[in-house]
Amino acid sequence: MSHHIVEFRDVSFRYPDGTQALREVNFRIVHGEAVGVVGANGAGKSTLLQHMNGYLMPTAGTVTIGDLPLTKKTRREIRRKVGVVFQNPDDQLFMPTVFEDVAFGPLNLGMEEADVRERVREALGMVNGLELKDKPPHHLSAGQKSSVAIAAVMAMAPDILAMDEPAANLDPKSRRALIGLLKGFRHSKIIASHDLDLILDVCGRCLVMRDGTVAADGPAAEILANRELLEENNLELPLSLQRR
Amino acid sequence: MTFDERYFAIGRLDRLSYGDTCVHRLDPRAKVLGAMLFLFTVVSFPKYEVVSLVPFFLFPALLTAVGEIPPLFILKKVLIVSPFAVFIGVFNPFLDTGTAAVVAGISISAGWLSFVSILLKFALTVSAALLLIATTSFPGVCHALRRLGFPALFISQLLFLYRYLFVLMEEAMRIVRAREMRSFGGRGAGMRVFARLIGTLFIRTVDRAERIYYAMLSRGFQGDIPELRRSRLAAADVVFLAATAAFLVVFRYFRVADWIGRLAQELIL
Repeated sequence: MSHHIVEFRDVSFRYPDGTQALREVNFRIVHGEAVGVVGANGAGKSTLLQHMNGYLMPTAGTVTIGDLPLTKKTRREIRRKVGVVFQNPDDQLFMPTVFEDVAFGPLNLGMEEADVRERVREALGMVNGLELKDKPPHHLSAGQKSSVAIAAVMAMAPDILAMDEPAANLDPKSRRALIGLLKGFRHSKIIASHDLDLILDVCGRCLVMRDGTVAADGPAAEILANRELLEENNLELPLSLQRR
Repeated sequence: MTFDERYFAIGRLDRLSYGDTCVHRLDPRAKVLGAMLFLFTVVSFPKYEVVSLVPFFLFPALLTAVGEIPPLFILKKVLIVSPFAVFIGVFNPFLDTGTAAVVAGISISAGWLSFVSILLKFALTVSAALLLIATTSFPGVCHALRRLGFPALFISQLLFLYRYLFVLMEEAMRIVRAREMRSFGGRGAGMRVFARLIGTLFIRTVDRAERIYYAMLSRGFQGDIPELRRSRLAAADVVFLAATAAFLVVFRYFRVADWIGRLAQELIL
């Protein structure tokens, strides 16, 4: 299906303070692909993700989601297709109760009340969070918060899922559960993370970012086994590939 | 009280609203309207009224009992804010010295009466507001207000206040802890450092606000927070509201305190 494609063509972005965060980034992600984005702190991973649904607009170049080029006019349409899960779930869960938060997106899409309730139940069920539905977010544990944040995005039934450090702050068991969950999604996925084992587990392909450019792009199993490349980029071999 | 303790004390009021008694189950709108009627009735008494106000304490007493709210907790909260009321009324006895009544040979000045009246009204209204939150939850009250016609923008602000109060306090708590751990022997604990801490907190908050706004946009926010409609007013809500209104009218226009006094006399004699 052509409408699940993500394409960046010569995308550059400069922050208002003059920092050049992206320099002529090129890549293309096809339907159903899972892509990991790795790189040192400040290499441009988060900036890249913020272009995915038009929070930031490229200063040069084009971003295409499905058949829509990203412009101020198509932004709303694109936000419906691309679900973004944030690094800090506290920023994402802004409604007073879990249920209302997960319902926020579907309600904004103008869905009927009964459908919204059904969607919310489905999405919370997917992350095993149904029993949390009446709790306020500030009484949840970090793992529960991230589950709910994912459910809130899934409830909008996006075509493409973009995640920034989904496993940060999770204990090993919650992290394992998250990996299982991610593997189960049929969506196109883009995951920015320092958790290289997670990327190796979930993603078939991997982009390495360095100073706002794509330094490497290829099968995750190859890139994440290339010690030299990784160490050049402030990274190291995933623990599962390190021989002791 | 340390910062941490204060934080958990606020959380407690919040947790009380998770209860599941018949008071908790009433529709928030009925409770908000009931509380408003109560406030207006209490405030409408003339400034020297003391005796007629006393029977109104039946309302908070009944609500704490039926709603299973620990009365000491509410009492403590009322005491914490009481200095405001005391300051407002404390000069009345000196300014308003006319004799209003003579009890057992001691003349009581009008100022004292109005001072006591202020304190009673204060205790009644504040405890009513606290009980409303404790039995309804803050978001419940907000949604009720919105459906009673308050502007949506105003309600959104209140909801965000509630949602991020805890996050903000945790942020402040972390900053304060970090300072305490590195300020040896009171150094670094002065006003100058404190001012900078506030600045840091402010900048972090602005950054966070931006991220939250991004999150809202990502999920289709268009300027208004949508809300799921919930059940209509049930029979129990109407009965509650009607009973509240009826009792308020009786307590307002008839001298209930006199009746109770007379009844007590007859029983004793």
